[in-house]
Amino acid sequence: MTPTRNDLKQKRSDPFPLLVSICIIGMTALLGKIIWSLPTDTHGLEDQVARHLDQSGATSPVTAVLLNFRGYDTLLEVMVLFLAIVGVWSLTEAPAQGRAPDTSPVQTSVVRILAPLMCLVGAYLVWQGSHLAGGAFQGGAVLAGAGVLMVVAEMPLIMDVPARILRLGLVLGPAVFWAVAVWCMIKGGALLSYPEQMADSLLLLIETGCALSIGLTLAALFVGGRPKHDLPALTKTPAPDNGGTEC
Amino acid sequence: MKYLLSGFDIILVFTLLWLAWRLLATEDIFKAVILFISFGLVMALTWVRLQAPDVALAEAAIGAGLTGPLFLSALRRMERIHKQERRLDFDEDRDDDTHPQ
Repeated sequence: MTPTRNDLKQKRSDPFPLLVSICIIGMTALLGKIIWSLPTDTHGLEDQVARHLDQSGATSPVTAVLLNFRGYDTLLEVMVLFLAIVGVWSLTEAPAQGRAPDTSPVQTSVVRILAPLMCLVGAYLVWQGSHLAGGAFQGGAVLAGAGVLMVVAEMPLIMDVPARILRLGLVLGPAVFWAVAVWCMIKGGALLSYPEQMADSLLLLIETGCALSIGLTLAALFVGGRPKHDLPALTKTPAPDNGGTEC
Repeated sequence: MKYLLSGFDIILVFTLLWLAWRLLATEDIFKAVILFISFGLVMALTWVRLQAPDVALAEAAIGAGLTGPLFLSALRRMERIHKQERRLDFDEDRDDDTHPQ
């Protein structure tokens, strides 16, 4: 849509865009000045991280910082994702799918080939996170991609996963992370100060749990609502065989 | 090789700025979402050039791969709601038309 001459005239008489652009240019100039005035020969905390890398349980400095030295931030990040899906689920129910005739056999078979491969790549990313680029978020995102593909292609059974299992999967990552954090505290250290000889296996445990939960959370966000057949206790229908609920 | 890489960097920077500008200026939300996805992919390339492969992976997977489809599904849902509202309006109009008869 090209603006007509009249529109342009109206825009010119409106002082608001001018003000905003002056503010943005001013901010950019200020930021540029600050960045240019920073000393260039510092390494930040690189040396400190490198010195303590052998105690962290990971050989990749990024993973060491994310899960060990600044594990608290990552724990809160995982909690934020969890809160996001809690918010979405409390707002709406998942929209009805029911467009089955639309999906072409090509799409279905491509997804059938791609989804297991993506799960494998996700698992590999989590595994290599301890020594190369990768980790729980990247692996989880690839897992979520596989989930989204399966939802879009309307694979059978994908929307019929019991709500109880979904809830357990969403909680798994944060729960494992918290459990390890508290366990470290009970063992005598501070919150999230892993014992040195067990750090690598603890990191892998946390990363695996978090990757599964992150993948499930992101895919559930894409579906955009709580499952149709939710827990009987929450849909307010009489349920005689209602055992313990997870929430 | 060095000049080639710096040339590539310069192209990356200007592509990023241009994509960001187009994405903010476009009126069509669908087009903006597609531009956002391409912005994420170019951003991932930029992270690789900045020697941050971890961030590049996360940006490509989450920024471009998942946020884009998330926007698209939100857009589809918005359109569906709009259509329902419009249909309701239409029904009301027809009711009004039939009343005098």
